[in-house]
Amino acid sequence: MDRIAANFFDLDVMAKYLPSIIDGVWVTIHLAVFIVLAGIALGFVLAVARAFQIRPVNWLIVLVVDVFRALPPIVIVIVFYFALPFVGISMSGFVVAWLSLTLVLASFAEEIFWTGILSVDRGQWEAARSTGLGFLQTLRDVVLPQAVRLTIPPLTNRTIVITKSTAIASVVAVPEILTHASAAQAFSANTTPLTMAAIAYLVIFLPLVVLSRWVESRFGWKR
Amino acid sequence: MLDLKGVRKSFGAIEALKGIDLAVTRQELVFIIGPSGSGKSTLLRCCNRLEEPTAGRVIIDGVDILSPRVDINEMRRHIGMVFQSFNLYPHLTALGNVTLALRRVLKLPRNEANERGRAALDGVGLAERADAWPNELSGGQQQRVAIARALALQPKVMLFDEPTSALDPELVGGVLDVMRRMRETGMTMLVVSHEMGFAREAADRVLFMDEGEVVEEGAPARIFESPEHARTREFLRRVTGP
Amino acid sequence: MGGVALRVEALSRAMEGLVYNFFNLEVLLKVHPLLLKGLRMTLQLCLLVVPLGIAGGLVVAVAYSFHVRWLNWLLIAYIDLFRSFPPLVLLILVFYGLPFLGVEVPSLVAVLLAFLLNTASYYGEIFRAGIESIGRGQREAARSTGLSGLQAMVYVVLPQAVRNVLPDLISNTLEVIKFTALASVVALPELLRMGRVAQGLTYNPTPLIAAALIYLALLWPIVRLLSRLERRTMAKR
Repeated sequence: MDRIAANFFDLDVMAKYLPSIIDGVWVTIHLAVFIVLAGIALGFVLAVARAFQIRPVNWLIVLVVDVFRALPPIVIVIVFYFALPFVGISMSGFVVAWLSLTLVLASFAEEIFWTGILSVDRGQWEAARSTGLGFLQTLRDVVLPQAVRLTIPPLTNRTIVITKSTAIASVVAVPEILTHASAAQAFSANTTPLTMAAIAYLVIFLPLVVLSRWVESRFGWKR
Repeated sequence: MLDLKGVRKSFGAIEALKGIDLAVTRQELVFIIGPSGSGKSTLLRCCNRLEEPTAGRVIIDGVDILSPRVDINEMRRHIGMVFQSFNLYPHLTALGNVTLALRRVLKLPRNEANERGRAALDGVGLAERADAWPNELSGGQQQRVAIARALALQPKVMLFDEPTSALDPELVGGVLDVMRRMRETGMTMLVVSHEMGFAREAADRVLFMDEGEVVEEGAPARIFESPEHARTREFLRRVTGP
Repeated sequence: MGGVALRVEALSRAMEGLVYNFFNLEVLLKVHPLLLKGLRMTLQLCLLVVPLGIAGGLVVAVAYSFHVRWLNWLLIAYIDLFRSFPPLVLLILVFYGLPFLGVEVPSLVAVLLAFLLNTASYYGEIFRAGIESIGRGQREAARSTGLSGLQAMVYVVLPQAVRNVLPDLISNTLEVIKFTALASVVALPELLRMGRVAQGLTYNPTPLIAAALIYLALLWPIVRLLSRLERRTMAKR
């Protein structure tokens, strides 16, 4: 018991590294917010573009979306950070982490939105078109409002999974929670900073996980 | 008012419509009957290009709607359609369903659209349910809202695709009443339906379709009492019972 | 004319640079044993983590199905707790924390333990939702024919539950396989790690690109399958 207390919950270590962990929390939150905004917006745009059913465009969208859904995020981050400079593309760690995870979220979001659009009954399209609404008007006023409702639970879950993986940014030296904690751990030869990091993530994400349960029961199986 | 000339429609190798000629005059109510798969619904859906005919012409009030120069969205608001499964928008209220096209296609301001929408709902006897959501309405009420949605655009022709076949029997009457009233106000109507009683009482003309062609047509009394073709007799015997 | 020629030349130089840096066969030939070794480790990790995670998840979900209040409270707490931790944080905490507890285990075991805690919570939540989706009537019918509670679960409830949540199960399995790349951070010699090592040896990022392509070849079929399954289940709603 003492051993656990000394190595995982050392109060002196906690007090000493709390400010740097809090700095990390802000970086993590910034990164996560930028990813969520850009990723969901891009995914939405791609799904709407796909609804136009232009063959070559759709193939391209499916290809890109598939690649970013299949690759482990950490592989994307490492390729962007360590391989792209060789062909003249250099980005900061923050930009790499943001861009990689934005593309991953956008890909999953596109697939979710697209599935939502497809699941709206064909009769809805026909009814709207029969009253003279155009393709875009039908998409905007009739199909998307119904599709988006269906997509809320899976999109919430996916967003949580991907914002959590901002921890990967530590691999490319973004000063987020885990980076600070690992440095502090090495410095103090004590695991307490890692415990603090775990608690920090818990404080950020546990409310979101609980929220996702509520969202699931609220929007889950209703039409 | 509605002229079909040599309308054909193929789905791959299957020929659903084998050259249909049909002229519906102003204020006429034409009824189409026939077994399932005979092409009735396809014919109806060709009249507003929800289905693109493979060949032929569809002329509405003098305009060939298959012509590439025609703005089909502009034409469609003159051609009301009522679907078997209502297809009300579940995320909009009854009034919202009726006013969407008024606001987006006719570009009416909100209050004017609402006024016209309420009038249309009043016309189908649902003025007091304007703010109800589709899932709070019975099937019959939903179908009447769908009719109001089409009528609010003041169409020249109304197409009905089996408007009562998804309804419980006790709800059919309300929808037929609305259709009867439309007929009295002089609406031009093309109806695909199995409501033989209604056809006999209200239709000007009945068409019997089978295997993608019009087998015979005539006044309801003649079709129902002395059909000329064996296929018509066979069909009527099956639907009306012995 | 001169401008076009210049541009063509610049383009071909850029292409050459791209091929030399990303698709360098010479480099690939030299380091392919490293990559294969990494791939073997990745597959080994998957074959251990996925079945163990599924087993752990099943235990959690079946335990939940008995509806003992305090136990369910505990299980939900476990599931949500580990759904809140980024797997990488859990991995590093376990990996660097265990030795401080005086527990000396091979790094593979530490990695497995971390992944298992995380994976079992996700599989547990999926199986739980699946079991909850099967009506009481199924279990009662099975019990009425003399099956024990466990038999009713195994032979009647679970097969239906699994079918109901199959897309989620496959989706989670895809995520678990992707997680294994995180083990590179604690220097476990799996595919990504070996790609990095090979890049360091050759000063050329080709091995990294090759590793990415191997992941793609491994996981793309699962992604395609998922798209199809998800479309079908959502359409049914």
